[in-house]
Amino acid sequence: MSEARLTARAASAAPAVAGSEDSVGRAPRKRARPVRPSGLRKKLELAFLLTPATVLFVGFVLAPIVVAAYYSFYNWNGFGPLNDFTGFKNYHDAITGQVFRGAIGHNLVIAGLSIVIQLPLSISLAMLLNRNLKGRGVLRLVVFAPYVLSEAITAVIWLLMLQPGGFVDHAFQAVGLGGLVHQWLADTSIVLYTLFVVITWKYIGFGIILLLAGLQGVPAELREVAAIDGASSWQTTRHIVLPLLGPTIRIWIFLSVIGSLQLFDLPWIVTQGGPADASNTMVTYIYDHGIRRNENGYASAVTVILFIICFVFALVYQRFVLRRDTEGALTRTVG
Amino acid sequence: MRRFRTYSAITLAGLVSLTAACSSSNGGSPSAGGTTNSGPVTLTWWHNGTTDPVKSLWQQAADAYHAAHPNVKFTVDPIQNEQFTSKVPPALASNTPPDIYQQWGGGGLASQIPSGKVMDLTSQVSSWISELGATAQGWQADGKQYGVPYDLHVVGFWYRKDLFAQAGITNPPATMDEFNADVTKLKNKNIVPVAIGSKDRWPDAFYWDYFAVRECSSDVLKQASKDLKLTDPCWTRAGTDLKSFLATSPFQTGFLGTPAQQGAGSSAGMIASGKAAMELQGDWELSTMTGLVSNTNFKSQVGWFPFPSVTGGGGDPSVALGGGDGFSCTTKATAACPDFLKYLASADVQKKVASEGLGLPVNPAASSSLTDPTLQTISAYSAKSSYIQMYFDIAFPTQVGQSLDAAVADFFAGKGTPQTIIQSVTNAGSGGK
Repeated sequence: MSEARLTARAASAAPAVAGSEDSVGRAPRKRARPVRPSGLRKKLELAFLLTPATVLFVGFVLAPIVVAAYYSFYNWNGFGPLNDFTGFKNYHDAITGQVFRGAIGHNLVIAGLSIVIQLPLSISLAMLLNRNLKGRGVLRLVVFAPYVLSEAITAVIWLLMLQPGGFVDHAFQAVGLGGLVHQWLADTSIVLYTLFVVITWKYIGFGIILLLAGLQGVPAELREVAAIDGASSWQTTRHIVLPLLGPTIRIWIFLSVIGSLQLFDLPWIVTQGGPADASNTMVTYIYDHGIRRNENGYASAVTVILFIICFVFALVYQRFVLRRDTEGALTRTVG
Repeated sequence: MRRFRTYSAITLAGLVSLTAACSSSNGGSPSAGGTTNSGPVTLTWWHNGTTDPVKSLWQQAADAYHAAHPNVKFTVDPIQNEQFTSKVPPALASNTPPDIYQQWGGGGLASQIPSGKVMDLTSQVSSWISELGATAQGWQADGKQYGVPYDLHVVGFWYRKDLFAQAGITNPPATMDEFNADVTKLKNKNIVPVAIGSKDRWPDAFYWDYFAVRECSSDVLKQASKDLKLTDPCWTRAGTDLKSFLATSPFQTGFLGTPAQQGAGSSAGMIASGKAAMELQGDWELSTMTGLVSNTNFKSQVGWFPFPSVTGGGGDPSVALGGGDGFSCTTKATAACPDFLKYLASADVQKKVASEGLGLPVNPAASSSLTDPTLQTISAYSAKSSYIQMYFDIAFPTQVGQSLDAAVADFFAGKGTPQTIIQSVTNAGSGGK
């Protein structure tokens, strides 16, 4: 009992951080009742157990956010003292800037495409790989392999393959689709979608593994019952499997959107946000200004904006979408 | 050492391994560039030579200096090129900066001065810095010497002699009109006339830079780096020249996505493998190409010619675009630091810089040690130049220079006008984003 209470305390002590799994996990919504005044020992125990986590959280999460917010009010290139206070000018410049607006748009496009394309793809592949296929283990491995590669390696591989006359072009020509060959990375109207394909290639394995795990939680009895009642395979999927996968899908969407908003490594290595900012994301924009241009104050402001976007999304999503899962959606949906 | 070679490759390496190399040096050295050189000191040295030959060359230099001055020890810390942009600012803000660190001069150097940690070397180097000629001015700010270069770079056209011969071009072009005619000849033979690595942006800027150098007088060029106001009409003409040059479509298909120095498909790789006839690049191109292809036969097939003259251009045609690599000392270092920089600029070390192909030696006494005939050509050209304009992205303060590169890259992608390029400089110069 006391252990459960401690977990509950720890979970409520740590505010909802984007992507933090404990906060979206099984944290009971009902707060544990206040610790009974059973003495100093309990308090010491709590302090002892909570201090390391709290110190790390404050030092590496809260403090940097506060410092970035502080820098964001200055025009500062990282050298010398912070003495050019400019108020909200950095925020104003960012929000009114075409390039940054474009970057937000690109993030949203990636997030939207992920949900519309990656999600159905992941679900179908996961269901396929959940059947008793020959070589199922090998297939699962193949699908999951790209996820294990580091983003940097993925990016370099695709950068080389996507060059004009490179592997991708040859592959299209070899199957008689030479007419579909485009300037994958050089055409400003295509490059973002090229990146999305690479991102999908890389992350589809993660979605599939997550959903496969979810599928294990679908009781075989329910399918049997449905089959006995004469439900078709599609009806079983639609009315039994998908609803039971709901919690997994909602978590996947959460992780995917946050990941899309924070996209950096892949686009940076493949295109550096170009050509002409056509594949900029918020974070490549931050890197360009903060590191390449030494505009530390300005980049801090953009970072704070990114933080607010992610934070608001995380809060709203947890409040309105994930709430049912944490209250036991499984039993209620079925029951 | 090539200034840019590692831009993209290193970004990647930087991402893969964000190493936190903590600098630790002895705490007992006198501060603020003290003149005592009696007690033992250890100099922490940050340089960008993470690969050979540079890495071992610098190690040898440190060892040799230590042998001659047993009191001076070194902690040599090779750091990936791209990481300097993120490591130097916090280092200069801390109480434990390195003693010696990589310095490219120009506006980047000037932006570092307010940190108060960059050592003013003027008095220590005054007796010998003139041996390096006008080059060393690039490492000055407000008339004070804050760094010393160890090599210099010149940008020009690298070309394939075999492809020129195929297209029936006998002499490299000397004017833009000849250049455009040669582009047509090459296209008629289905040869890609010019390769460019536009993904990295700075190769695009070389073109605008050079058109500006050909259009603007040396006085206007020098003034621009001081006041960041490009009001002279010659700057607009540079943009219109560039526009008409781009209209001839001289580049390879999909050049906007091509990296400059990464892989065999990069623009440098295209020259090395004979897939394109020309590229506007620095003298480091030769060593870049050597790193990209296993077969070094290309060396006998490549030549070099200066950026062509522009008809009616108001610039001095003997001005070249270039830059260089150097080092600065911090105020934490002792007088051993400037003395060591003097050693690096001495004929001894400079001959090795030349023979190992790091770049053109800053010390004219070492020019004869350049072994490659193409590099000898470039060295002779730079010696004759009346003035070497530092690439504007380095000459201007960092945020202004990068803003210029971005605007020129947009221009290559069909966005913007000659005027927007100028606005990007004036806007960034006045603190705009």
